[in-house]
Amino acid sequence: MSWHNTPIALMAKALAKKEVSSAELTQYFLERIEAGKQWNAYLDVNAHLSLEQANKADQLISSGKSGKLTGIPVAHKDVFVTRGWKTTAASKILTGYQSPFDATVVANLGIPNENNPHGAGMVCLGKTNMDEFAMGSSNENSAFGPVLNPWNAAHVAGGSSGGSAAAVAAGLAPIATGTDTGGSIRQPAAFCGLTGIKPSYGRVSRYGMIAYASSLDQAGPMGKTAEDCALLLTAMSSHDPRDSTSLADSGEDYGRYLNQNWKEGNANPAKPLEGLRIGLPKEFFAEGLASDVAKSVTEAAKLLENLGATLIEVSLPKTKLSIPVYYVLAPAEASSNLSRFDGVRYGHRADEYRDLNDMYAKSRTEGFGAEVKRRIMIGTYVLCHGYYDAYYLQAQKIRRIIAADFQAAFNQCDVILGPVAPDVAWRLGEKSKDPVQMYLEDIYTLSTNLAGLPAMSVPCGFNVNNLPIGMQLIGNYFAEARLLQIAHQYQQASDWHLRPASEVA
Amino acid sequence: MKLDDVQRIAHLSRLELNQAEAEAVLPQLQAIFSLVEEMQAVDTSGLEPLAHPILFLRDLAQPMRVDRVTESDHRAENMQSAPAQHDGYFLVPRVIE
Amino acid sequence: MQWEVVIGLETHAQLQTQSKIFSGASTRFGAAPNTQACAVDLALPGVLPVLNRQAVEHAIRFGLAVNAKISPASIFARKNYFYPDLPKGYQISQMDIPVVIGGHLEILVGDEVKVVELTRAHMEEDAGKSVHEEGFIGPHGEPSSGIDLNRAGTPLLEIVTEPVMRSAAEAVAYAKALHGLVVWLGVCDGNMQEGSFRCDANVSVRPKGQAEFGTRCEIKNLNSFRFLEEAIQYEVRRQIELIEDGGTVVQETRLYDPDRGETRSMRSKEDANDYRYFPDPDLLPVVIDDAWITDVRSKMPALPAQLREQWQGEYGLSAYDAQLLTQDRDTAKVFEELLAIVGKPLAKAAANLIAGEFASSVNRAGIATAEAPLNADHLAPLLMRVADGTISNKIAKDIFAILWEEAIAGKAISSVDQVIDAKGLKQISDSGAIEAIIDQVLAANQKSVEEFRSGKEKAFNALVGQIMKASQGKANPGQVNELLRKKLS
Repeated sequence: MSWHNTPIALMAKALAKKEVSSAELTQYFLERIEAGKQWNAYLDVNAHLSLEQANKADQLISSGKSGKLTGIPVAHKDVFVTRGWKTTAASKILTGYQSPFDATVVANLGIPNENNPHGAGMVCLGKTNMDEFAMGSSNENSAFGPVLNPWNAAHVAGGSSGGSAAAVAAGLAPIATGTDTGGSIRQPAAFCGLTGIKPSYGRVSRYGMIAYASSLDQAGPMGKTAEDCALLLTAMSSHDPRDSTSLADSGEDYGRYLNQNWKEGNANPAKPLEGLRIGLPKEFFAEGLASDVAKSVTEAAKLLENLGATLIEVSLPKTKLSIPVYYVLAPAEASSNLSRFDGVRYGHRADEYRDLNDMYAKSRTEGFGAEVKRRIMIGTYVLCHGYYDAYYLQAQKIRRIIAADFQAAFNQCDVILGPVAPDVAWRLGEKSKDPVQMYLEDIYTLSTNLAGLPAMSVPCGFNVNNLPIGMQLIGNYFAEARLLQIAHQYQQASDWHLRPASEVA
Repeated sequence: MKLDDVQRIAHLSRLELNQAEAEAVLPQLQAIFSLVEEMQAVDTSGLEPLAHPILFLRDLAQPMRVDRVTESDHRAENMQSAPAQHDGYFLVPRVIE
Repeated sequence: MQWEVVIGLETHAQLQTQSKIFSGASTRFGAAPNTQACAVDLALPGVLPVLNRQAVEHAIRFGLAVNAKISPASIFARKNYFYPDLPKGYQISQMDIPVVIGGHLEILVGDEVKVVELTRAHMEEDAGKSVHEEGFIGPHGEPSSGIDLNRAGTPLLEIVTEPVMRSAAEAVAYAKALHGLVVWLGVCDGNMQEGSFRCDANVSVRPKGQAEFGTRCEIKNLNSFRFLEEAIQYEVRRQIELIEDGGTVVQETRLYDPDRGETRSMRSKEDANDYRYFPDPDLLPVVIDDAWITDVRSKMPALPAQLREQWQGEYGLSAYDAQLLTQDRDTAKVFEELLAIVGKPLAKAAANLIAGEFASSVNRAGIATAEAPLNADHLAPLLMRVADGTISNKIAKDIFAILWEEAIAGKAISSVDQVIDAKGLKQISDSGAIEAIIDQVLAANQKSVEEFRSGKEKAFNALVGQIMKASQGKANPGQVNELLRKKLS
């Protein structure tokens, strides 16, 4: 049985019918992980711990205490702190760090116990590689080597959740968690042919998620289907009293609309999306967008139209400006969030130093990679007295305009459709010489984080070199279930998402 | 942005750059800032900054906890990754005030 | 050259809560190092702050007590700098929009009542502590400091005055009044040895009559009133001498060394550090609505200012006495208890006793008012025996001293009547007896009689003195005065 090609929705059924045990599933994936090291998708694997969890899951299943996700293996981006497994955020500065607590996301998905009675019962396969401190769009910024794209090992997997994307695409995990601050779930999902969703800001707890940019970071699932993502997101999402920015629990099932028609009372099964107005921002289809990506996304739009949707042109005028706004705000918050990494209480401390300040400087300089240092410096600069108004405040004000522009667009449409990135996965090393070149690749994803809106990446084609292309669906606040519905209906009428990665057995 | 800006910011951030490194990073930072300069063209007079995306739609307030001790002593576990410790203290090079 | 001193004080008062401002760890003083520092306090990767409601309530209470404005939505901001006792590398504080704005405090400077304007008060978290001991050796043999983060995250209220104080004495009077108030309100335990109440003084000098302020220096972490006074006095002298010698004052942070009696510049913290304040993205605006303010107001104890107004009005107490009696809640309590026993007609006498002998005995003994060994029950008879003429005021003072000595030594405390009887202290009020003494004294002091008759009023007092001495202080002074005048006229 090719479990790595099986959506978790079906895996759950097989577990329930005792066709397979969690221990067997876990062992299956652990063996594939062991045989799949070339992708460099994982940073820490501990078979013993995983199987221990699997056994507990099997006990829950046999005692009738199981739910939809009990016993299913999941990989966690190394930005989430975990007991047992190491946590590094792909940085040398966290060498040797052992967290005494689990991130809320990890606990929500994990095996229930007396501290955490509501865990969904999933089994952790390990921690996946990422761009260091989630700063990057290619997973070439990891201190532990880049992640390779299972569709073409000479190409990047995307970032910052490249490890999670490669793990699922290479069949080393059936589903994985990622985080998205400027596109870091959506873009690697698109580059690796996966489905991923970044929920509205505040839906998923940030407690235990190592902070990059606090007002932009959100966690979400990356898997093979919209249905799988719905299952995981529902379990990940909660109100967390430990996170002051965590929203009240809506208690909703994000998969509740999957098999419904867009319009209630719609009697036409051939047009499930009848009544859906899809906005295509003209700025998302302007110069800079590779023609093969434009082609696939446009065809995807046509397919949605065939399913009953109406296409409308909308405008998001500040699309280009979202890049400087993001690259002021995110580094500003990061420069402060990363100050705690100082070699005093945990992590890397330099071997030689003259005094305290020298210890700080050497430890941090040795521990942080080049991109992290660049962003810390940018962030420090824009917060400095004299620059704060022109940079930081100005960016926060434009942020408000961007959020307002989305609302204006949502007055005309229900959901926005566009590409995830201007290009497909580029070659390793191709864009890593010039940071700005890399930043420009984020053009279509950044504004959703600035506004705090939910957005998905859905596989919608391949280019001539068989590299995956993803379309982006952006919804209004709290419209995750609707995005998943649209994606699911699209996936019922297409099979891009079912193709296994080229270089994977 | 100039070279001594780079060194000043590096020091504020407790990062160390030698001359070559500072010279190498300067054009990169300058490129980023010329990108950032594009923001100046936008007229934002009269606009309030948006610090929290969740405040865009509605006025949410900071939640507050009841004043109660809920954490007990987990010193050993919390300090397990400490680079230098002694008798329950974290050790750092002595600071003379 | 005439100089004017300009002083502003910033006081950090630890708010009395069970747990920290942003975490659920305990704030209890004196625990073993890092046993009250949870993941949030240690700034472990991934942690986030959640606000303690009681800290906010204390801030509101303080704001109402000083007649300040309570901000309806205040914002927490990050103050960024590196120091080992600051685990996150930033302190969560309030910058642009603090919880309390404005306000004022009445203080007593010598005999004068003055008003000190407050700029603001804001909430912030305390840092940890560094300990320097010989036994702390780092991994490469380097002398090290030990960092204890138990205190990190303790809620503080930083109270800032306008630069309106003009002498060390004023600054100390303000600090004492503020201390009394926060303890009175129950928002701070005021324990200065434990660091619950710490003052930073901003000191500058300028030529008298000059409008612009001189360059100021900040003297940090003064944790006793005595050090506050000494440090300011030293700093004023230092600055004046510096300027008069042709130098200029450098704006800097200084520490007071009590052993040397001088302030010196702090070299380790950076001067002109850019703190890069920005609103903390992990925290939302702190909303305080009218309902909450009304609720806090309803639970407030009667405030010192209110009591002063009431007592001056109802009992005719002087402003001075009223200030003394309301310097802390325990003193006011003793007064109120005494008043309850002796009644309104003796209110002034009760005020004099508590503000006078009682307060100075407490001060001399170096104890807190709550620890005073004599209470209203011990003291009430003193006032009543003066009122009914059994003893004179002077004798009452002597008896007080006797009772205090007994009490402080832990002996059984006599009753007032017991002391009067044992020492024969009854006042002589029989006019015949007094006249007899007067006659004796006049006979022995002809010179004074002649001097008085020739117009010297002072001679009268000298005669009164002799009469009181002859009667061992027991003659009723009022009657002495009256009868002596009659005899000499």
